[in-house]
Amino acid sequence: MTENQTDNTRRAFFVKLSLGLSALSAFVAGIPVISALLAPLLEKTPEVWRKVADLDDFAIGAVKLVTFENADPEAWAGITASSAAWLRRESESTFTAFSVNCTHLGCPVRWEEGAQLFMCPCHGGVYYKDGTVASGPPPKALVQYRVRINKQQIQIQTAPVPITTL
Amino acid sequence: MKMLKKIWAWIDDRSGITEMLNPLIKHLVPPGSKWSYVFGSATLFCLVLQVITGVALSLLYQPSSSDAYQSLQFITHQAKFGNLLRGIHYFGASAMIIMVGIHMIRVYITAAYKYPREMGWISGVLLLFLTIAMGFTGQLLRWDSNGVWSSVVAAEQLGRIPLIGKLAARLLMGGNTVGGHTLSRFYSYHVFVIPAILFILVAFHLMLVIRNGISEPPKMGRPVDPKTYRQWYKDMLAKVGVPFWPYSAWRDILFGAATIIAIIALAYIYGPPELTQPPNPAYIYTNPKPDWYMLAIFSLFALMPPKIESVVIFVGPVLTVLILLCLPFISHKGERSALRRPWAVFGSICVIVFVFSLFLLGEQSAWSPQFTAKPLTPTAIHSSDTLVIHGAALLYQRGCLYCHKVDNTGGLKGPELTNIARRLSDEDLRVRIVNGGTNMPAYGGILKKEDLTAIIAFLNTRK
Repeated sequence: MTENQTDNTRRAFFVKLSLGLSALSAFVAGIPVISALLAPLLEKTPEVWRKVADLDDFAIGAVKLVTFENADPEAWAGITASSAAWLRRESESTFTAFSVNCTHLGCPVRWEEGAQLFMCPCHGGVYYKDGTVASGPPPKALVQYRVRINKQQIQIQTAPVPITTL
Repeated sequence: MKMLKKIWAWIDDRSGITEMLNPLIKHLVPPGSKWSYVFGSATLFCLVLQVITGVALSLLYQPSSSDAYQSLQFITHQAKFGNLLRGIHYFGASAMIIMVGIHMIRVYITAAYKYPREMGWISGVLLLFLTIAMGFTGQLLRWDSNGVWSSVVAAEQLGRIPLIGKLAARLLMGGNTVGGHTLSRFYSYHVFVIPAILFILVAFHLMLVIRNGISEPPKMGRPVDPKTYRQWYKDMLAKVGVPFWPYSAWRDILFGAATIIAIIALAYIYGPPELTQPPNPAYIYTNPKPDWYMLAIFSLFALMPPKIESVVIFVGPVLTVLILLCLPFISHKGERSALRRPWAVFGSICVIVFVFSLFLLGEQSAWSPQFTAKPLTPTAIHSSDTLVIHGAALLYQRGCLYCHKVDNTGGLKGPELTNIARRLSDEDLRVRIVNGGTNMPAYGGILKKEDLTAIIAFLNTRK
């Protein structure tokens, strides 16, 4: 092997080594970066029961806006840690809790007591009192939360913001 | 002075600044590239203004879900010139979107995207969408109730992406709900991620302007032929080209400076948009609405047939981007003159009229219930009959006035009821109210029989 050939082999080796090490360092440095980017998908959010009202606060047929803290709020979330739901007392022992998010594009729906309808301010979606679509663009009924009565307290199980999919 | 000249000569010699910049500043441009060419550089002027005011705002803004609202109140109402600073950043964003839009239309109408400037068009299309993304993420950083609900709306739109919709929505919000991570994410997108891509693409876009040259004003009967164009362009520049600085650049600088002065004047006169309620996702009595440049899309969401809407929310943007990116491959040679491309001009006018109409409709938002509607006054009722008075009261109580107008009161979503009884019989009115329609709830299960009679009695007084 000539001196020139040895040099070329050496050079080829170092080129491969430099590229390989660069790729390795980029890969290793990239792990925490990708992890930060995908953090919301990697962390599991628990679903917990939150007290939203006392049983005595609700007359049968009443619909009220209730608020509760999200399942796993960050210390710096401040008031953004809250969520809301529309809660209706159907009978002595049954309640229905509707998400406040319109199924069209997520805007906050309002309960209009006189009209007995839920109305969305954004694009005019309207729902009947059972949450089914009355008119406008919403593709499906209002999403419901799970509700239970525990020791004279009404509790709602926290859930993700309902995202309408195709 | 002599000393300063010596210092500069040393710096210039060692750094090669003049050597590097001179060819760029003094490169030859075609004659006749006049006022219609200033919108690209005006966009760049706006970008620089946005960067500078953005950096200044970041010195005062707290990018934390719990504190951002208060810090914005501080910037707007307490910080010295804070109101003006926010105003400049707000109007700067609007100006940048207007300038990039006009620039794009000019490039399309004069077919400046044809050979050899296809990459300029492609990078420009990407820059257009990045500019809009900057506008939207910036609007969310206002982090009032409008910002919070707009982030949910954005997540819902991403939710329509097939298969990965929910994951994309969760990624955007930084979790299952709006919370501590949401604002941090939007801050990062607005301040680091999108600007980084934007700067790279702006550099690439400008490099292409130098490499391929500014497109010459089109002339009827002088088509672009890829085989000969580069040589023809080179010869033309050598013969009649003028140095960019100062013979062409002065227009860019003058127009750019005027744009910035106009932005500052608007910011001084009107100030930034006032914040709405604090960012509490449990506060629902708010009416989320995007800034003006997204209003056309906002309108489209209200007006599209519901059956196809979910698909269009995903397919529409993808198709728009694809068509725009494909344009220079579909038509990369031939005539550039607008006079020989009437369909291009017609198409551009149609798009402008369509977008502007949607914008006007969005301003009016006739599809939104008018929650502020007031009960009808005795003058409007104009009757002492108790049944009629009861009927008029029900129109308000049952929310009919949210969507229907009587005289000057009520919403615009449904048909006006002022003289509806002239067109419809009692039976027709009854059927419509009870059964509802495509855009109206069925009130059969909501109204009592006597309520229905009272409402019809009121409507009949206005024949």
